[in-house]
Amino acid sequence: MTMQGWTLIIAFFGVLLALTKPMGLWLHALYEGRRTPLHALLGPVETGFYRLAGIDPNEEQSWRRYAVHMIVFNAALMAFTYLILRAQYVLPLDQNHFAGMPEHLAFNTAVSFTTNTNWQSYAGESTLSNLSQMLGLTIHNFLSAATGIALAFALFRGFARREASGLGNFWADCTRITLYLLLPVSVVVALAFVACGVPQTLAASADITTLEGVKQTLALGPVATQEAIKMLGTNGGGFFNANSAHPFENPTALTNFAQMLLILCIGSGLTWTFGRAVGNTKQGWAILSAMMLMLIAGVAVCYSQEAAGNPVLHHLGVAGANMEGKEVRFGAAASALFAVVTTAASCGAVDAMHDSFTALGGLIPLFNMQLGEVVIGGVGAGIYGFLLFAILAVFVAGLMVGRTPEYVGKKIEAREVKLSVLAIAVLPLVILGMTAISSVLPAGLAGPLNKGPHGFSEILYAFTSGVANNGSAFAGLTASTPYYDGMLGVAMWLGRFFIIVPMLAVAGSLAAKKYTPATAGSFPTTGPLWIGLLVGIVLILGGLTFLPSLALGPIADHLAMIRGQLF
Amino acid sequence: MAKDFTTSLRPALTLTAGFALLLGIGYPLAITGVAQAVFPHQANGSLVTDRAGKAIGSELIGQTFASDRYFHPRPSAAGKGYDGTASSGSNYGPTSQPLADRVKGDVTKLSAEAPGRAIPADLATASGSGLDPDISPDAAFFQVDRVAKARGLGVDAVRQLVRRSIDAPAIAFLGDRHVNVLALNRALDAMGHPAP
Repeated sequence: MTMQGWTLIIAFFGVLLALTKPMGLWLHALYEGRRTPLHALLGPVETGFYRLAGIDPNEEQSWRRYAVHMIVFNAALMAFTYLILRAQYVLPLDQNHFAGMPEHLAFNTAVSFTTNTNWQSYAGESTLSNLSQMLGLTIHNFLSAATGIALAFALFRGFARREASGLGNFWADCTRITLYLLLPVSVVVALAFVACGVPQTLAASADITTLEGVKQTLALGPVATQEAIKMLGTNGGGFFNANSAHPFENPTALTNFAQMLLILCIGSGLTWTFGRAVGNTKQGWAILSAMMLMLIAGVAVCYSQEAAGNPVLHHLGVAGANMEGKEVRFGAAASALFAVVTTAASCGAVDAMHDSFTALGGLIPLFNMQLGEVVIGGVGAGIYGFLLFAILAVFVAGLMVGRTPEYVGKKIEAREVKLSVLAIAVLPLVILGMTAISSVLPAGLAGPLNKGPHGFSEILYAFTSGVANNGSAFAGLTASTPYYDGMLGVAMWLGRFFIIVPMLAVAGSLAAKKYTPATAGSFPTTGPLWIGLLVGIVLILGGLTFLPSLALGPIADHLAMIRGQLF
Repeated sequence: MAKDFTTSLRPALTLTAGFALLLGIGYPLAITGVAQAVFPHQANGSLVTDRAGKAIGSELIGQTFASDRYFHPRPSAAGKGYDGTASSGSNYGPTSQPLADRVKGDVTKLSAEAPGRAIPADLATASGSGLDPDISPDAAFFQVDRVAKARGLGVDAVRQLVRRSIDAPAIAFLGDRHVNVLALNRALDAMGHPAP
């Protein structure tokens, strides 16, 4: 580890904290449906969309209607992308004459982008036409992100409203978030990325002859526009197979820093927005503090492992950090930080290959996802996942002191606790269940590239990434088979919507309750005691169930690595 | 519930179409237009041309160098090596036998070049993209003796050239210092070939 590495990490968290309140303020304006300076430009688009679609933006929707409309919209988007991917060979901008995607791959990809996972079972530059990238995928990068933030708004309203039946209007939330936040930031970021070297062209490739006279074809395309929203919307689906490790997606250490900030800035801003929505910004800072503690601990472990390097290679005479799968312009520190950030959020973009991390360095991204990606988390999904843990935390605190638990002025009762547990239980159930099945079926065992415990880690990582809607991979796994495409497609769908529906039910139930003012006997949910309790609940409820699987995978791998045992 | 479903259809279908036009067509095409006008070099892949105007590479994408007269890049897992249409890392885990075998082979070759010296990590490991255009300054200095000998140049002159070719990130702590292999090799060619 170096001073330079730690300076980077500290600077990153400093800038992120500085961005939290401005982003939170902007999000709060959208949460309340207030007019922003951008309305002058984009307001007509918004009202035009409402008129064409027959939407009354002021119609209040019950949690059921909010949920049904959200699911139907996402299903329509998914069908749209499925058709484009299947039919890309008859559509324009297919200069490389790629075939249509096979059914299982198109299904997997459509689910993957709809659920904000962006698991990539395909290699972009050798499978997808430019039209498929733009029209089929970029649109999901916006709308799955907007859906996530809209859902977080709905839950905030559940906490903030008193004896109300409505949670807001899904269409209005989704449209405003897209038009006044995601699109304008993406426009600015995309152009900045181009200035730094990210290509943006409709040409599919450029042919060159190298200095030694070898022909080299460079895949190109409209990369910058996808790259900007890929990070901002915590989607993570890269234009190229190597994702943000590819120099065209992430050309410099500066773009790398910007990409990491983009991943977390909306998620951290939403914690502030939550505090403001419930009338006490300290509530938001308390949540962010708990998240930050876990994030920094993860970075410390991952960075120290990667900087220390792989003893197997040291033994062969190679000095220094673990550089397998890493880019020189980033080095160990920026790669480790990126890995932790991208899995703390549900982004899944990678600037280094997680499969080639040291055993414990690779454990941290895996564990981050298994916690449910609530350490800041994906846009919207992180905060609504975390608030479910907060409900369980006040419940546990209530049990200890023998009082009805309250959180931000709402009594937490049996219904909310049951629904929260239901939502959180989806993760271990599906991740461990599907990993277990795949570890015995021949079709599952055909997947891993690596042998020994690391092969098991590859399977575990895939289902963890799928259910948690992350999308990063231990990419050695050959996942573009009907078996894995199908299983992971189902896993991603369950991981997204089987958390969302109970979560919206909680929101509906909370909105209907009356306000319960805090008394001297209420458990304070702003101080260090609360932050400690939150961290404890997340680690115990979210993490403990996965420890045996981690022992079989990365921990066994680590012990083998120290002994120099190879597979 | 049924009413919730029926009322959702028109907005769902209309907004799918509307957003597809705005976000899937309008946004990328508009940015492409601006990017091509304002940053044509970067927008088209930061290509490097020789004096005749022929494209010989990209500033950002590594390429294969096999001759002793050139500095070598890192091992690559992209296709058969530096395949610009098949970016990929090796994805070998830390306890992978194939990884150890590959590294052992590279170490044997590299040790012959500079006996007794520790091998810089990046020179014996494959990058994440397989297209890494850079090597570490250590990895460049490691190769100086070989390149100087093959070209009949003074070791100090080549070392000077490497020193001048080191790039740092825009803000020093954001990433690691590195040397762009293509730029270094072009500078090397520009030094000329003194008679042996």
